[in-house]
Amino acid sequence: METLAPPRVLDGQQRSWLERIPVAYWVLGILLLIMPAVAGDFILFQVFGWTFILGMIALSLMFLAGYGGMVSLVQMTIAGCAGYMVAIFGVSAIENISLGWPWYLSVPLALIIAVLFGTLAGWLAVRTEGIYTIMITLAIASAFFYFTRQNYVIFNGFSGFNGVLPPQLFGVDWRQPVAFYYLTLFWGALAYGVVLYLSRAPFGLVLQGIRDNPRRMAALGYNVVAHRVAAYAFSALLAAVGGILLTWQSAQISPGTAGIGPVIDILVIAVIGGMRHPIGPFIGAFIYVLLKTFALDALVSVGLSGERFQLLIGVGFLVIVFWSPDGILGLWEKWQRAKNRDPLLDRTGEGP
Amino acid sequence: MRSVRGFARRHPVWTAVLLVLAAVLLWMIFAVWPKWLIGLIGKKKVFLNAFFNGITLGGLYFLVASGFTLIFGLMRNVNLAHGSLYMLGGYIGYQVASVTGFWLLAFPVAFIIVGILGMLLQLFVFRRMEGEDLRQTLVTIGISIVLADLMLWGFGGDFYNIQAPDWLNGPLTTFFVTAVKSSGDPVYMKYPMVRVVIFLASVVVGVGIWLLLNRTRIGMLVRAGVDDRDMLSATGAPIQLVFLGVFGFGAGLAGLAGVVGGTFQSIAPGEDIRFLLASLVVVIVGGMGSIPGAAVGALLIGLAEQLGSVYAPTYSVVLTFLIMVLVLAFRPQGLMGRA
Repeated sequence: METLAPPRVLDGQQRSWLERIPVAYWVLGILLLIMPAVAGDFILFQVFGWTFILGMIALSLMFLAGYGGMVSLVQMTIAGCAGYMVAIFGVSAIENISLGWPWYLSVPLALIIAVLFGTLAGWLAVRTEGIYTIMITLAIASAFFYFTRQNYVIFNGFSGFNGVLPPQLFGVDWRQPVAFYYLTLFWGALAYGVVLYLSRAPFGLVLQGIRDNPRRMAALGYNVVAHRVAAYAFSALLAAVGGILLTWQSAQISPGTAGIGPVIDILVIAVIGGMRHPIGPFIGAFIYVLLKTFALDALVSVGLSGERFQLLIGVGFLVIVFWSPDGILGLWEKWQRAKNRDPLLDRTGEGP
Repeated sequence: MRSVRGFARRHPVWTAVLLVLAAVLLWMIFAVWPKWLIGLIGKKKVFLNAFFNGITLGGLYFLVASGFTLIFGLMRNVNLAHGSLYMLGGYIGYQVASVTGFWLLAFPVAFIIVGILGMLLQLFVFRRMEGEDLRQTLVTIGISIVLADLMLWGFGGDFYNIQAPDWLNGPLTTFFVTAVKSSGDPVYMKYPMVRVVIFLASVVVGVGIWLLLNRTRIGMLVRAGVDDRDMLSATGAPIQLVFLGVFGFGAGLAGLAGVVGGTFQSIAPGEDIRFLLASLVVVIVGGMGSIPGAAVGALLIGLAEQLGSVYAPTYSVVLTFLIMVLVLAFRPQGLMGRA
């Protein structure tokens, strides 16, 4: 993977930061902001809300994998952990377990515990490299899944918690489709911006250096392990926010929320979207949610049973990994390069 | 044996601890338990049952994990579709056993069909992305999703149990004394015959793999490939053939294990993930790419699971996980792995 484009120093001095935002961002931003005016409640809540949430969780994986070279399957588990903590400390229908604390206690506490959990998992995972990381994080994720399913004292076993609702802050019911849409949009956009910023900040650059050559970065005096663990901690924060929103969206959390299937799905989303740019996970999440929501009708209309959704996802994933390892973003770049190709010189670029 | 002596010389304290543990275990198995011990942890029969269940489960785990670790050791391919191959073997075994009525026939058929599938995968999928570890792993995830859904399509969500033949049914009276009657007669432990046979079979398979790897020319090629793949191919060895053979053999073992698992447990959707996870943990604990490591890891995990489910039912999974964490924290390369 290449590093990001170098910062445009000249541009930066001449134009204000507002002018430096690319046109595409303006278009996309305005489109997303006025979306509630045109889209129905189902689209807003189920399609877009879910897209932003899954996108955030996949973004935390993209941050680790794309910039840190660490493919972690534990991100959905961290999200699930945060969701569980909100249900346990906050209000839910399982009153004999939930402590019923107000949101300003339960939410920060959930975030802190989830980040601690993510850091611990990361500390274990960074002892290994490459494919070993996948194996170990998958093992941690499964352990969490089986533990929550067996433990009835804290995690309420198989059924988990239901009735976990967002707080009625500022007099708004945040589970109303429009309010929830803006809530998830806000956090999704914030996460996207922070990851984009971090990727160009010293921390992100060191992380990319470690991804490309850990020994050289260690020789330069950077603490490789500390940076990797810090990356896990940061990505855990992203995943935890996504997890809390996910719990609020479905109003429940159970072992299945962070089961093996969803854990793999997050990887599928990140890979389908592409791991080279923070927008990738959101694209992947959008495609995934569209498939999950409408595949049933599409499959039935071509005469297949609607239950074959997993088959569709699996084949799509295989096709992407097979022909474009960088996902949709990779396809887009290929297409751009092909478009700029000079047919006479058979290469890209304008110069001689 | 030399490595054992070397270990004893390098870690005298650990050797002593292990010896004491082994002695305590032997005493617990063979001695008639005194009253205070029964008061402390319950009847000896329960313990012995859990202990032998753990060992036989370890045998099954070894069958699954040995193929996984063999493929990983040689090709650096974390085959996350291994659990699906296990389940496919189970379904094939069920079909063969119920159609023909010969239980023993299920084993070679499952081994061959799943082995051929593994070879096809290696030939048409993994060979095209050699050296790209991560991409291969991602592809195996995709394959496992597709296979799992195809099997759900074909066989539905029911539980399948492969019927063992009559001569394997019924208990086997062992020579372990569980208690002494008031009349002074010893009570001997009874144990399901099929589990004993299956455990013996997995021991035979394990010894067979060890002999194949350490005593034959093909094994020599495989071991050389594990140590240095590039150098082996530079010497002109037919490395692609070796890869193909090892992938087929490893996949076939998974299929074989599927028949075993289908006989003394059952085959149902979700089992693929369970056994994938089990082989992951076994291989992480034992050391990646090491067959003796897989055996030690499988025994440890099987014992931990069964003893845990008897003495700490809620936390048996956590016990397994704890073993993995401890191994990772103190010996990241696994118990038998090389640094």
